Amino acid sequence: MTTQHVTVTVNGEAREADVEPRLLLVHLLRETFGLTGTHVGCDTSNCGACTVQVDGVSAKSCTMLAVQADGRAVKTIEGMASGADLHPLQQAFWDQHGLQCGFCTPGMIMQADWLLQENADPSEEEIREGISGNLCRCTGYVNIVKAIQQAAGTLRESESAPVVAAATTDGQAVSAEPAAAG
Amino acid sequence: MIPGQFDYVRPGSLDDALAILRDREGEAKLLSGGYSLIPLIKLRLAQPGVLVDMRDLTGLDGITETDDDLVIGARATHRQIHEHPIIADHYPTLVDLAAGIGDPQVRNWGTIGGSVAHADPASDWPALLLATNATIVCRGPGGQREIKAREFFLDTFTTAIEPTEILTEIRIARRSKGVGGGYTKLERKVGDFATVGVAAVIALGQDGTIATGRIGVTGVSPSPFAATDAEAVLAGAAPSDDTFRTAGAAAAAQSQPTADIRGPIDYKRAMVAELTVRSLRVAIGRALAFA
Repeated sequence: MTTQHVTVTVNGEAREADVEPRLLLVHLLRETFGLTGTHVGCDTSNCGACTVQVDGVSAKSCTMLAVQADGRAVKTIEGMASGADLHPLQQAFWDQHGLQCGFCTPGMIMQADWLLQENADPSEEEIREGISGNLCRCTGYVNIVKAIQQAAGTLRESESAPVVAAATTDGQAVSAEPAAAG
Repeated sequence: MIPGQFDYVRPGSLDDALAILRDREGEAKLLSGGYSLIPLIKLRLAQPGVLVDMRDLTGLDGITETDDDLVIGARATHRQIHEHPIIADHYPTLVDLAAGIGDPQVRNWGTIGGSVAHADPASDWPALLLATNATIVCRGPGGQREIKAREFFLDTFTTAIEPTEILTEIRIARRSKGVGGGYTKLERKVGDFATVGVAAVIALGQDGTIATGRIGVTGVSPSPFAATDAEAVLAGAAPSDDTFRTAGAAAAAQSQPTADIRGPIDYKRAMVAELTVRSLRVAIGRALAFA
């Protein structure tokens, strides 16, 4: 058994590590890179708490080996905010009370971010289908769906009006650069 | 859960991959999307000596139609299949099936070849491959080999693929006029494996009777199976709910469910009968609409 050298671009920054092939991506992120925003929930590919994006595609990082991410770009919850400015999805989860204990939230937001890249104006049904691989044991999903709807609206507005800053519902300024949309 | 230790290789070509399978015969496992294999490795139900990552084996994810067949590359993801224009336009049964596999993240990464080669007794694709009697194409040291779906699923997690072979593509007979299919599945919750899944494909004859009716069933036997007794009921019969009910009863009788958290034996048999009827209803509707 030999270690493998991997280079992974995490939230835009190239990171390198020597890993055992059996190391899971979620453990590379949390333990090697110290990015503990990605959570380990069920550890059996069911709950989606560990959801990140790999080359822009949502994945359960407990069901992917670190070596599978070699040469790829990984985006985690830590890559969502721009400095002190929350991403519209983060702001919307705050505004809509889209979390209670918060354990599922990082995975939920990364999945929602992927969903909105695929479909900028999803129906409620499409949102519920889109987050069907992410379990929340607190909220009953109602406010999560509302939050994703709010963020979808914010992101569409910022796409159609690429000004310096757009206001969220509570008036807080967020970056409106296309990059902020993912 | 921490997997046991294994070696990892990422061959750049199919020939290199085949060489590794030959050199380490019996201890190598192919890694495609990983959504079936990695959970098993984490549970240590599978402990391969070496994982052969298929990521760089390009050209294995195409979806095309030839004169005879719909050809799906082994590394096509469930999502690619679900969204492909050829599938969306002509193969609604594949659309229905692909849309119900796992959850969005699973469909983003999981592949048809991985799922079929893994041969979980409750996975979705095998039911359809049995109902279409698809051809599973493998490459091995001796070249290419074609295996009919009905000779492919041998037992739980056991197929006719040799340890030195790689599943490269799946061929399903191109849909012709008067042919329609349906897939219905019962699952406890999103992402769970099927409690029961039934794929049905009906080909109508010129006189409006059923020329052939083929049925693949998953979740209720050691491996997915073709409900041949039900198919005998359908052959030559006029399509009607009575016929479908008789076929459903035959499929239920031929199933071998075990009692588990998904339900007792009687319940599962009843669901085989019901889902067979429902899939046949969908299939006849589509066959008539594509006359």
